Amino acid sequence: MNIRLLKDKIAGRTMLVLTLLSILIAVLVAWGLFYRSLPLLENYSLSDLLTSSAWKPEKGEFGFLGFIMGTLWVTAIAIIIALPLCLLVSIYLSEYAHPRLRKFIVPVVDLLSGIPPVLFGVWGVLFIIPLIQDDIAPHFAENSAGYSVLAGGIVLAIMIFPLLITLFLEVFSAVPRDMLNASLSLGATPWQTVKKVLLKKAMPGMIASTVLAISRAFGETIAVLMVCGGNVPGIPHSVFDSGYPLPVLIANNFGETFSIPLYDSALLFAALLLFVIIFIFNAISRIILVRVKKKIE
Amino acid sequence: MKAKNIEEGFFKILMIISAFVVVGSFFLIVGTIVVKGAPAMSWDLITKVPSGGFFLGGEGGVLNAIIGSFYIAAGSSLLALLISLPVVIYINAYLPKRSWLGNLTRMGYDVLFGIPSIVYGAFGFTLMMYLGMRASLLGGIIAVTLLVIPIMIRTMDEVIRTVPNELYEATFSLGATRLETAWVILRQVAPGIMTAILLAFGRGIGDVASVMFTAGFSDNIPTSLNDPTATLPLAIFNQLSSPYEDVRAKAYASALILTIFVLIISVLARLLSKRFSKNKV
Repeated sequence: MNIRLLKDKIAGRTMLVLTLLSILIAVLVAWGLFYRSLPLLENYSLSDLLTSSAWKPEKGEFGFLGFIMGTLWVTAIAIIIALPLCLLVSIYLSEYAHPRLRKFIVPVVDLLSGIPPVLFGVWGVLFIIPLIQDDIAPHFAENSAGYSVLAGGIVLAIMIFPLLITLFLEVFSAVPRDMLNASLSLGATPWQTVKKVLLKKAMPGMIASTVLAISRAFGETIAVLMVCGGNVPGIPHSVFDSGYPLPVLIANNFGETFSIPLYDSALLFAALLLFVIIFIFNAISRIILVRVKKKIE
Repeated sequence: MKAKNIEEGFFKILMIISAFVVVGSFFLIVGTIVVKGAPAMSWDLITKVPSGGFFLGGEGGVLNAIIGSFYIAAGSSLLALLISLPVVIYINAYLPKRSWLGNLTRMGYDVLFGIPSIVYGAFGFTLMMYLGMRASLLGGIIAVTLLVIPIMIRTMDEVIRTVPNELYEATFSLGATRLETAWVILRQVAPGIMTAILLAFGRGIGDVASVMFTAGFSDNIPTSLNDPTATLPLAIFNQLSSPYEDVRAKAYASALILTIFVLIISVLARLLSKRFSKNKV
């Protein structure tokens, strides 16, 4: 056999094995986390863990509801802020903006996506916390130190801007131009075209993009840890309450408290919870987005 | 004026305001860090390791953390490249365009791309305990490698998929094997691969959650893979939680250092990908 063909074959087999192994990383992570959460799952029922908010590891009480609610509050605030803004910016960039303006805005959005979470956290502490403490909270007659789910939500919202805008632009570019031009030529204004044609056509992709952004917000750790002020587990009751989301629970306690029985298992269960939720969200939305993309090809 | 025109104008103004908010947020973040960080910036901060009691307001700098972060980012980018490159070559040059394995791999990495770094950190730490390793440079590199592999694979794959089919056909028709074709393709997309490496490097240098348990923390510059090491983002985080104003000021300055690094890397990555698009055949 020709030496070149042999090389080709050997390289091919090696790369196939590497490809398969690398996909196995996902399985390995899931299995590892599940295996380490087993001790907790054997002692408590899943529904108890998810619906109780009593968190006293030293007494053997592991209720995750407070952390889950913390995550949901922060994520909800982030999406409420980011979604309309990003939608408007994306429509502007794809339908209205002059190409020169687009060439300025898109790179800025790219640069924003390159900023590490810890810097968002530093900025949150320097800018958002004082803003909430001195200017926003007093209007609502609430005493807030600034460290709150609102602060976490605002910082997270900015962190997901780049992801949302990039995805929206991709989804919009999949809508056939002819359809938009047909609407315009019938005398519809650009905004009517956007409302009646673009958004309608792009809806599935937009929902998928939003789900992807939600799952990104779910897992963000360090920036949220720096501005949410969560030290005591509990369910937040207003946007000015401090929050203690799931990733923060792991970051705050992991690696130190292994003398308490089941504590490490509980923290890895939190990680497993994040992994499973985010995995499912991601898988569903990616499948939808691939379908959307295929339509243009 | 018709109602539809009023609506048009109203939403146009809203869109312009939103664009200002989004673009402004970037400049606000960088601006805040520059304004707060610049006064506390000093030569000592970049060139010295922390002396005793650094977090209580003592002398010294964050050189240990800068070097540690570079080691981790460089090590994990290299390791990730060694794993990603064969995978990307395989799914593009060896597999047919619409193969189920290729699609499954792409889908898998898209999903892994969304898994948060804290999960990789927790998993990495569990893995290290299982292997009997302590928090160390190597542990940090492994955790960050897991984090950046999906970024690298997805970025390189996107670039390689823009290579026109004719290039494949031309090399095949000259009698090249698939492996030899892969080299031709790789040379064509070399700037794109550099972009992928830079993106991975930028992510690796800035991430905290994956290294906080796996790399540990140390006041010294690591001399071997088994030494625990400080990282710049974690140093910023630690300094910021200090009650002393001096130490917090150093945190702002350290944040400025990290901002400069990350912006340089991002801009380089963008410039390279621009060069790539110019080379289109």
